[in-house]
Order: sequence, then C-alpha cells, then structure tokens
Amino acid sequence: MTAPILSLRNVNKSFGPIDVLHDINIDLRAGEVLCLLGDNGAGKSTVIRLLSGVHKPSSGEILMDGKPVTFASPRDASEHGIATVHQFGGTFPLMSIGRSFFVGVEPTKGWGPFKVYDRKKANAIAVKAVREFGITRIEDGDRLVGGLSGGERQSLAIARAVHFGARVLILDEPTAALGVKQATHVLRIVNEAKRRGLAVIFITHQVMHAMAVGDHFAVLIRGAVAADFKKGEKTREEITDLMAGGASMASLEAEIEGYMASHDGHPPPVAAH
Amino acid sequence: MIRNSSVGGLLRRPEAGAFLGLVAVLLFFAVFGGLTFLKPAGMSSWLNVAANLGIIAIPVGLLMIAGELDISVGAMVPFGAMTTAVISGHYGLPIWLGIAVALGFGVLVGLINGYMVIRTAVPSLIVTLGSLFAVQGIVLGLTVLITKSTSVALTVEGPAKAVFGDFILGGQLQTSVGWWLAFTACYIFFVHFSRYGNWIFAMGGDKVSARNAGIPTDRMTILLFVLSSTSASFVGMSQAILYNSAQVAGGQSFIFNAIISVVVGGVLLTGGFGSVVGIFFGTITFAIVNQGIYYTDFDRNWSSLIIGVLLLGAVLMNNTFRKMALSYAPKKGAK
Ligand SMILES: Nc1ncnc2c1ncn2[C@@H]1O[C@H](COP(=O)(O)OP(=O)(O)OP(=O)(O)O)[C@@H](O)[C@H]1O
Ligand SMILES: [Mg+2]
Repeated sequence: MTAPILSLRNVNKSFGPIDVLHDINIDLRAGEVLCLLGDNGAGKSTVIRLLSGVHKPSSGEILMDGKPVTFASPRDASEHGIATVHQFGGTFPLMSIGRSFFVGVEPTKGWGPFKVYDRKKANAIAVKAVREFGITRIEDGDRLVGGLSGGERQSLAIARAVHFGARVLILDEPTAALGVKQATHVLRIVNEAKRRGLAVIFITHQVMHAMAVGDHFAVLIRGAVAADFKKGEKTREEITDLMAGGASMASLEAEIEGYMASHDGHPPPVAAH
Repeated sequence: MIRNSSVGGLLRRPEAGAFLGLVAVLLFFAVFGGLTFLKPAGMSSWLNVAANLGIIAIPVGLLMIAGELDISVGAMVPFGAMTTAVISGHYGLPIWLGIAVALGFGVLVGLINGYMVIRTAVPSLIVTLGSLFAVQGIVLGLTVLITKSTSVALTVEGPAKAVFGDFILGGQLQTSVGWWLAFTACYIFFVHFSRYGNWIFAMGGDKVSARNAGIPTDRMTILLFVLSSTSASFVGMSQAILYNSAQVAGGQSFIFNAIISVVVGGVLLTGGFGSVVGIFFGTITFAIVNQGIYYTDFDRNWSSLIIGVLLLGAVLMNNTFRKMALSYAPKKGAK
C-alpha cells in the first residue's frame, strides 16, 4: 500500500466551548477516493475546512507526505495542491467559461504595459480541459458559467483544479441537488480524477453515490470516526444503517457515549483493518 | 472584443440595453424637440454634462461591478473644487499646488474608504455614507473658518486653465470632454483588455472564491475607491478652474446621477456584470434626457419623470438581456 499523501492525526476541533471533532485519524492516498459519510452536523464539513485551510485544528496535526503542515489560509492550502470544490463555489455565474477558468492566472499576450488578456488561448485551454473530462457539450469558452447545468459547473470546477495541478481534491456534496443524470456525470468525473492519480475526498449523503466511487469509507458520528472500512467490507445495508441511524447506528452511538463517559471524553479507537 | 457580430451576439453584451436606451432617447427628443439638440450648441450642452458625470460614473460603475458602492463622490466634488479655490484663490498660492492638493485629498479619502471597507464588515454604502457627511462637514466648516464665506473665487490663467478648465472648439465644449474621452479609453483597456478587469468581475461574482484564486482583492478594492474619489475631486477641481469659483454645496446630484448612468449602462447592482462602454452610453443617455428637455415644449419639471421611466425600462431590458446571455448556448446543428 502506498504512503498517504494527507493524514489527520488525533485532530480535535472546538469552537469556543463547543467540541465539534474528537481525535480524528484519517489517511488519504493518491488514486483513492475517500468517502466521508455521516448525518447532518456530524462534522464532515468541519473536517474539510481544516484540510482546506479555513480553520486550524485545536490540537493534533495534519501531515502532508508524512511531514506536519499548517495551512495559514485557503490560498495556502491550494498552493500545497489541495483544491476544494464547494457546491457551485469557485465559479462565477456571470463570467465566461474561459475567464472564470483562469481567474487570477489569466494568460496574456503582447508587450510591456500593453499586455492584453488572451481570450482565444484561455477559451481553448478551458474548453479542452473540460472536454477531456467528458463534458463534450461544452464547445464555446465564451458561454457564461451561469448558463451551465449544476453538474457541468461542478465538472468545470473539478477540471480547473486538476488543470492547475491539484493533488488532493475535496468535494463537499458535489451531487446534492443534482438529478440522476447530472450526478452520474459528476461521479464519472470523480473516477477520472482518481484515474489520473489524485486523492479525492468525497462527501455525500447518498449511499449509492458513495458506493459508486468510494475505495475507502469513513463514517463520522458526532464528530468522531465511528467506522473506517474499505470497499467491499460492508454491505450497502450496513453503510445505510451507519449513515442513516438504523439499529446498528443506535448501538454504535450508545457504545461511543459509554466509552467516552469512561475515558474522559475520548472516543473508542477504530478497529484496525 | 467583438466576439460575435450577429444580432444575438450583440444583444447578449452588457451594453446592449444601454445602446437601445440611447437610441430610444434620441428618437424621443428628435420627435418632440426637433434636431436642435444635435446641432453644435445643443450637443455641447449635453456633452458637457455627460463629461463631468462620466468621469465619475465609470469608476463608480467599476466599484459596483466589484460589488461595492461609493456615494461619497457627492462630497468629493465640492471638496476638490473648494480645496483648489482656497489654496490658489484665497491664499493666492500657485494653481499647480491647488490642483495637487485637491487630487491628493481625493487619494486620501479613497484610501480611507477602501481601508474601512476591507477592515470592517460594514457594507460600503454605509461606510461611504459616513464619509459623505464627514467630508461635507469638513468642507463647510473649514471654508467658513478660513474664508468667512461659503463661496470662494479664484482666477486661473495660462496652461492650467487651458488643460483643466477652459472652453475648446469654438468656445462651447469644456476641456473635461477631452478628459472624459481619454479616461474612458484608458478604462476600456484596463477593464476589458488587460487581465486586471477579470479580477474586478471575479470579485463582484464571488469575493471569497476570487480571494482563494489568488486575486489581491483588498488591494483592488482600495484602488477602485481611490479611483472614484480622486475622479470626483478631479471634476470639482476642473469646475472651479472653469467657472473661477467654488461653492461648498452642490455635488450631491452626482451621487444619484452617477448611479443612474451606471445602472442604465447595464451594470448589475449586485456586481459581477457590466461594461465600460455600457456606462459610457448610460451617461450620454442620462445627459441627453437631462438637457434635451430644454429643446422640447415640455416643462423641464418633467425630466425627472422621463429619467425615472428610463431607469426602470433600462433595468428591465438589462435583466432580459442578461437572461439571454446566461441561457445562450451555441447551436449544435453542425454535428
Ligand atoms: N464556526 C462554528 N462555530 C460553532 N459551531 C460550529 C461551527 N462550524 C460548525 N459548527 C458545528 O459543528 C457541527 C458539525 O458541523 P458540520 O458543518 O461540519 O456538519 P456536516 O457533517 O458537514 O453536516 P451536513 O451534512 O449538514 O453538511 C455542527 O453541530 C455545527 O453546528
Ligand atoms: Mg456539510
């Protein structure tokens, strides 16, 4: 097994008196999709905000290629190769595909103070990058981003991250609010990113979507990793139970609470696999 | 920049509504006022109004594209005029010093506005509402304190007069028309051709994403506030030189007039969409309505009604065109 690109080691996060994450340990490897699952408020978004430089851990560390790192800002994290795509985020609805693809790194042509934005080049590269991800319906880089469907926008943002050299791709509920077809589209693109060797963190509430792309699953319950397993180790029913709170969910919660009460607030260690 | 010369392509551009509005207004006044307002005397009357307004409206519009608003320009016009008049008229110091200090105050107020907007979470409308009143107070207080009057005379001759505040081309057109055209050309390059324009649109579209993409949003915001308040100060300064006097009041009309020109020009009030050419057309449209009424038989009191209707019409039209731009996809007949 390859060494992880990105790991969380005993990470805790509290906002003032509210403890949101407890002793999180997660490993992320290149060419692997990690599905982060859990009920509303379990702390999934908080985990990715730590990884994308929005928040800093209260304790514990983030390792990149085995070395501890701290991200001063979202920009710092993206300079480390971590790209985060929020639902509809990172794209500008009233800008053209070419212009929004190159925001901040616009290609220019010309000389000295008269350098002009190279629209043709930007459009050509942007359209090519999205088409390589299978979105062949996009042909014109002058189209406005807001005119694309939700799935196409998501794909554009992913293509952009990959084009600019991201190693880790974080997708927070990229398939929420998408229809079946559009969601399939995004899932295909996630697989394509994985094939290109990126490490992907994929958050979803939909078991089917998780099972379609996931290699590795981590389920958060009340801010702690309640289960950590590989593809094929659990059935769909078991995963659904974990996510949606069936019988096994109830027993897990009771177990965790009991353990935390007797181990001054620490959650039980996740069984090694 | 002309990416698509078909009718549909032109209609999807931000300035389409402004252009049609301009045509409508021209037709209206041609029918009701004859063509006198297109003869040299008539033309210079609205070109002068458009020039002074346009120099301020473009940077105000760029701020709006970037998602900000600056209404302190209403106080910066008299501030620029009064600074020039007090220094070079009341104290009799060289006119170049008056000009430099007037523009310097423009830069300073812009820096303060910009800095307050990026440091606090207060919306720029409120921040600049504060500086509007603060600057008005400073102008009135200091002028009365220094000169014991609310109006100050100055006489300017020589190159400063010829460059900033004179009549050109037979004595009816103000020099500011030349400045307006030159500034507009620079802004078109800056916004639509250089890469920096992209940053302004991105900031107005989604500021957080723009910052994460590596755009120095704070510096751009400050720069835009400096541009707008310095431009307003510039207009005040050149008006004082042109009319050989400065008043503490006046200038508030620039606030609404600039915003009307910008919105008629197709800029989205919530940011992220617009064009310099659109603001240019919007300013001319406003100036023609403002002055054209004098060439008709209508009482001039009706001009506000026309402006109001024009504004609503332009906004509705711009909304339609923006929807067209959003839903536009190339025909797929080829394959
Ligand atoms: N800045 C904050 N200050 C205080 N509490 C916070 C903050 N951010 C998140 N929380 C709390 O942390 C918990 C986890 O939130 P988070 O957004 O990570 O959940 P999530 O798993 O992403 O949920 P969802 O599936 O609904 O998106 C919530 O109870 C939330 O109220
Ligand atoms: Mg969330």
